Amino acid sequence: MTMDYTLREWVEMAGIQPLSQAALKAQMEESGSTEEEVNARMRFMLECMREAVQDGMQENLRSVSGMTGGQASKLYRRYANGHAFCGGLLGKATAYALATAESNACMGKIVAAPTAGACGVLPGAILACMEERNISEQRAVNALLTAAAVGISIATEAGIAGAEGGCQEECGAAAAMTAAALVELEDGTAGECAEAAAFAIMNLMGLVCDPVGGLVEVPCVYRNVGAVSIAFSAADMVLSGIHCPIDPDEVILAMKEVGDALPGSLRETGEGGCAGCPSVCSKQKV
Amino acid sequence: MDLFDIIGPVMIGPSSSHTAGAARIGLMARIILGDEVVHAEVGFHGSFAKTFHGHGTDRAIASGLMGFAVDDPRMRDALNIAEQAGMKIHFYPVAIRGAHPNTVRLSLVGAGGKTLEMEAASVGGGNIRIRKLDGLPVDFTGTENTMIVQHHDEPGVIALVTGALASDRINIATMQVYRHKLGGTAVMILELDGVPEEATIEQIRSEPGVKSVHFLHRRMG
Repeated sequence: MTMDYTLREWVEMAGIQPLSQAALKAQMEESGSTEEEVNARMRFMLECMREAVQDGMQENLRSVSGMTGGQASKLYRRYANGHAFCGGLLGKATAYALATAESNACMGKIVAAPTAGACGVLPGAILACMEERNISEQRAVNALLTAAAVGISIATEAGIAGAEGGCQEECGAAAAMTAAALVELEDGTAGECAEAAAFAIMNLMGLVCDPVGGLVEVPCVYRNVGAVSIAFSAADMVLSGIHCPIDPDEVILAMKEVGDALPGSLRETGEGGCAGCPSVCSKQKV
Repeated sequence: MDLFDIIGPVMIGPSSSHTAGAARIGLMARIILGDEVVHAEVGFHGSFAKTFHGHGTDRAIASGLMGFAVDDPRMRDALNIAEQAGMKIHFYPVAIRGAHPNTVRLSLVGAGGKTLEMEAASVGGGNIRIRKLDGLPVDFTGTENTMIVQHHDEPGVIALVTGALASDRINIATMQVYRHKLGGTAVMILELDGVPEEATIEQIRSEPGVKSVHFLHRRMG
């Protein structure tokens, strides 16, 4: 009745199958659902993700505080004009990630993945891949199943709350889930998905949770942009044949240790880090 | 926890812990109270106490107490809707020793005079844990089919409850029993692999020693 599996357990369950198939099977057993029901539910998540990107792309969107909103359209324009350093797929993914995160900050309807604060990372990458690489909806759904499986391991072995373990457990977890999903899209093995997740966490380990004014806006929405970039580079490292030198589950446990060591001021209390900067504290407009 | 606790819920922003989780706590409390909420005292602990206003945690709790789902856009305006409906809500900071940083303490009064004291934590990604019910320590998430039986601590009550479930061919996955003192008030939390018939729930409710029975469907709250 529980599917709190470690990455090692997921990889063992998958065997020579993709990680998504182990996730699908576990979900069917856990919920008593059919394969089609699980797929349909994930397709619904994908559809909600698409709507959130559209919502967040509005130029005149503003949060209640006025600190964020309407910025994604700028990033998208630079990508569309072909000027973005992060060109092509990554450029589009960063704009989509920002759009989703801004929609969230403006009380839009989003899909927590794994949390609302980090909701832009996974959709940004998957939706951009679907459009730029002609990925079918079923393959995108499989990638999301893989991402969710990785998220379960992180939630089980560490946590997924900034208030508990800092932003490494939100944007870090989202980047890890996304890196694994990207590897699955390229037909990587379950073990490679786990390694990509580990690389992503390594690159975001120690990330603190320091929302200005205690709101999920600054730096949260912009961290979704950084995290999606790290997810792509983590996936590329693994797909190029680079092996993660540390056991992926140990990386998650290390993140948990780091999170436990963070002072309260850096765990969503709106006191330390960016939240403590005088210039942003007084600034309430973009 | 399952895959859709990680990718999901579909929710109104901005925070899964502070908005969706809080809304679920409110909703869960309303279901357990089993009545329309007319008065709510809401204590915020830890991170909740520091940032509840900016995250709309107050709106989310009110939204849940009115029975709105976590993706219901009425959450944005929930405090006004509650006021118009005549629901009185008072928010205050509280320090609870050893509690999760996102913990809320609720004292509710229902339209029919029922009351409920509940403590719950929003533990990330919109997931919650109920930690206290009417002063008794408990620990459940509401993501499984959950039966909550408040009863009198006396021999045979557990057998009556489990016997009724057995007759209905319902398997018990986990079970917790807590009591104030010998012969005092007690509570059973049963996580079930199936959904009992309404008649079974009624039968348990009518047993001597049983004070109340609530059933939460999987992932309902």
